[in-house]
Amino acid sequence: MEARVRALETILVAKGLVDPAALDAIIDTYETRIGPRNGARVVAKAWADPAYASRLKADATAAIAELGFTGRQGEHMVAVFNDAGTHHLVVCTLCSCYPWAVLGLPPVWYKSAPYRSRAVLDPRGVLAEFGLVLDPAVQLRVWDSTAEMRYLVIPERPAGTDGWSEDALADLVTRDAMIGTGVAPMPGSRNAGAVLP
Amino acid sequence: MNGAQDLGGQMGFGPVAQEIGEPLFHAAWEKRALALTLAAGAMGHWTIDESRHARESLHPVDYLSSSYYEIWTKALEVLLLRHGFVAREELASGQVSVAPTTPRRVLHADMVPAVLAKGGPTHRDKAGAPRFAVGDRVKTIVIHPAGHTRLPRYARGKAGVIEMRHGAHVFPDSNSRGGGEQPDWLYTVRFEARELWGREADPNSAVSIDAWESYLLEEPA
Repeated sequence: MEARVRALETILVAKGLVDPAALDAIIDTYETRIGPRNGARVVAKAWADPAYASRLKADATAAIAELGFTGRQGEHMVAVFNDAGTHHLVVCTLCSCYPWAVLGLPPVWYKSAPYRSRAVLDPRGVLAEFGLVLDPAVQLRVWDSTAEMRYLVIPERPAGTDGWSEDALADLVTRDAMIGTGVAPMPGSRNAGAVLP
Repeated sequence: MNGAQDLGGQMGFGPVAQEIGEPLFHAAWEKRALALTLAAGAMGHWTIDESRHARESLHPVDYLSSSYYEIWTKALEVLLLRHGFVAREELASGQVSVAPTTPRRVLHADMVPAVLAKGGPTHRDKAGAPRFAVGDRVKTIVIHPAGHTRLPRYARGKAGVIEMRHGAHVFPDSNSRGGGEQPDWLYTVRFEARELWGREADPNSAVSIDAWESYLLEEPA
């Protein structure tokens, strides 16, 4: 594959169809500028600021744009809020739709056949594989991203964080919690499935 | 199309494999494949809907045995061939042998931040009003088009409830095949798991999809 992609790039650059410096700029954007830290800022602000949470609920695209996060694969956002009785989980069964503007590029497992096939049929089984066993009484809401709406899960604010700053709260927000395959961990613990680059 | 991409409800793929450390890219070529796909798309000769259809049109064995960046690369070759930007012998040799076609535009490095920050919004103005209101009961149509559709097989012919309205959006079924944007009212529709998967399904789960109005029929209460 390496030779195939290199050949493609060589041809397209030689024909003047792509600018190699633009390729570098795209890669740099997703390696260093756009990632789950963006989403964590949104969640932390929603936890800390009830007026912001209301705006996020009413018009997520506009509320997220307030923090400067806009654009590709985040053009039309919906925020779904977990509570004591409801847990949300996001998938794209047809391809790999994912809210890039707030979470960056999707992890391999999100784009994989096991996740895409089972998140709609056996979501509780999938969550258990992430170490998240929900009470059967909790409503599980799965969002299959079949259009250009992109879903961001707002996890529940962990107990024991009263008075915390937005920066400190943002450190608790894992990428998986914003997809729904995790929850925001209590202070001092770490959710096993969670990775925030 | 009923291709390998329509994975919802399929079985046999095993557990979800998480990765320790989870690198953003797994080889240098993946970065280039991502960037080439975006930069070539920015020439403006095909839509995201046509790209998705090119990916799902890979042979099912090829689709399921390819990584996602491999799928992107194979589909990008198809799109470049279809739109006359490369020739087959060029892909084989890695050498330019056919005079270049002039693209509508070339994405230069200084344009990247603005282009990515703008993205490609699909919301469109449309005269009239959507037919359904939040809370209305609807049933999805049964279709098996050879072309692109965003109505997954598991949600065809199923009864659900309108949960949100999103205004009018570009209709991928038309846009993917060069039929124009044909904006249509877009909704989020909620289905109980038991409606989708039968009596054995979890009574406390529901799945929502985003569905255009032309996918939906009125369902008597």
